[in-house]
Amino acid sequence: MAVLKILVYPDPRLARVSQAVTVFDKELCKFVDDLEATMRAGPGGVGIAASQVDVLQRIVIVDVSSKPKISSHGRLVLVNPQIVVSEGSLVGREGCMSVPDYTGNVVRARTIQVVAQDEFGERQEYLCEGYEARAVQHEIDHLDGLLFLDRLVSRRRDLFRRKT
Amino acid sequence: MKKWFMVTVVGKDRPGIVAHISEALYQGGCQLGEASMMRLGGNFSIMLMVEHDAEAKTLGELLKAPADALGLQLHVDEIEAHLHEHLIPDVSVMVHGADRPGIVAQVTQVLAEAGLNILDLESDVAGTEQEPIYIMHVEGVAAEGIEPLELALDSLVAEGIEVRLTPIDTMIA
Repeated sequence: MAVLKILVYPDPRLARVSQAVTVFDKELCKFVDDLEATMRAGPGGVGIAASQVDVLQRIVIVDVSSKPKISSHGRLVLVNPQIVVSEGSLVGREGCMSVPDYTGNVVRARTIQVVAQDEFGERQEYLCEGYEARAVQHEIDHLDGLLFLDRLVSRRRDLFRRKT
Repeated sequence: MKKWFMVTVVGKDRPGIVAHISEALYQGGCQLGEASMMRLGGNFSIMLMVEHDAEAKTLGELLKAPADALGLQLHVDEIEAHLHEHLIPDVSVMVHGADRPGIVAQVTQVLAEAGLNILDLESDVAGTEQEPIYIMHVEGVAAEGIEPLELALDSLVAEGIEVRLTPIDTMIA
């Protein structure tokens, strides 16, 4: 496994739209391994998209299981992911390995239903909520050339709602 | 040699303050760093990091014309910049209630004792002149964890201050 170089904003390559994965082979599995190693090498990184390492394929990895007290699916490899249902909204703080030294508030859907393939091409379906749903939405944005900077809401005047 | 300064500008609010001050700095060859600028009551306040190849006095002279024209008070201090060292807040505290002397002192003292390092504080006096209300939003780093802060806030709630603590769980991906 190799740790790959992460593109850093304002690199214009981060704004490109990624293409669907059509070939599921050994090479893809190897890339997924490298991508995961890159994610885990980052400080506190709970997700990564292929476009962050300059590979324009619709592949993301999310693993929020290191965070205590939240429900999650563990290691999620999402190839050609699609959010088919999204509900609710939450303001939360995000940072990004491609945007060092900055965090900001972003509104994301509270729960999402994601349909994707795994690295072997098998169809998978996940219901994600809260922190995990936020990570998945952040990563899928990368595949569409969007950063959390494109979705920032004011740090002031925002309401952190009481958890009910 | 380039040096960093904190420029403080305060005066009666009117349109164009930011534009005139920043234009004078730009024309004078300055580079801007981080800033906080806002209307407080009927006043406008600027705290602005400025990098310039001069002494504090020269920077003051550069800003004298627009400051005088707009009726602004000016203050310049040499500082160390320490950019690219943002701390990530892990807790947000909202306070609101009828305005009365001592709320800020009382709240921030118990929070400081419980390990809170304030990164950002903004507050407003709202309501009416007869019945003012006070709203404060603090973000900071809980050096000793969230629990001591929650315990500390319980004592304030017991005294009738509406205060709400929310952990900020920053998602880095």
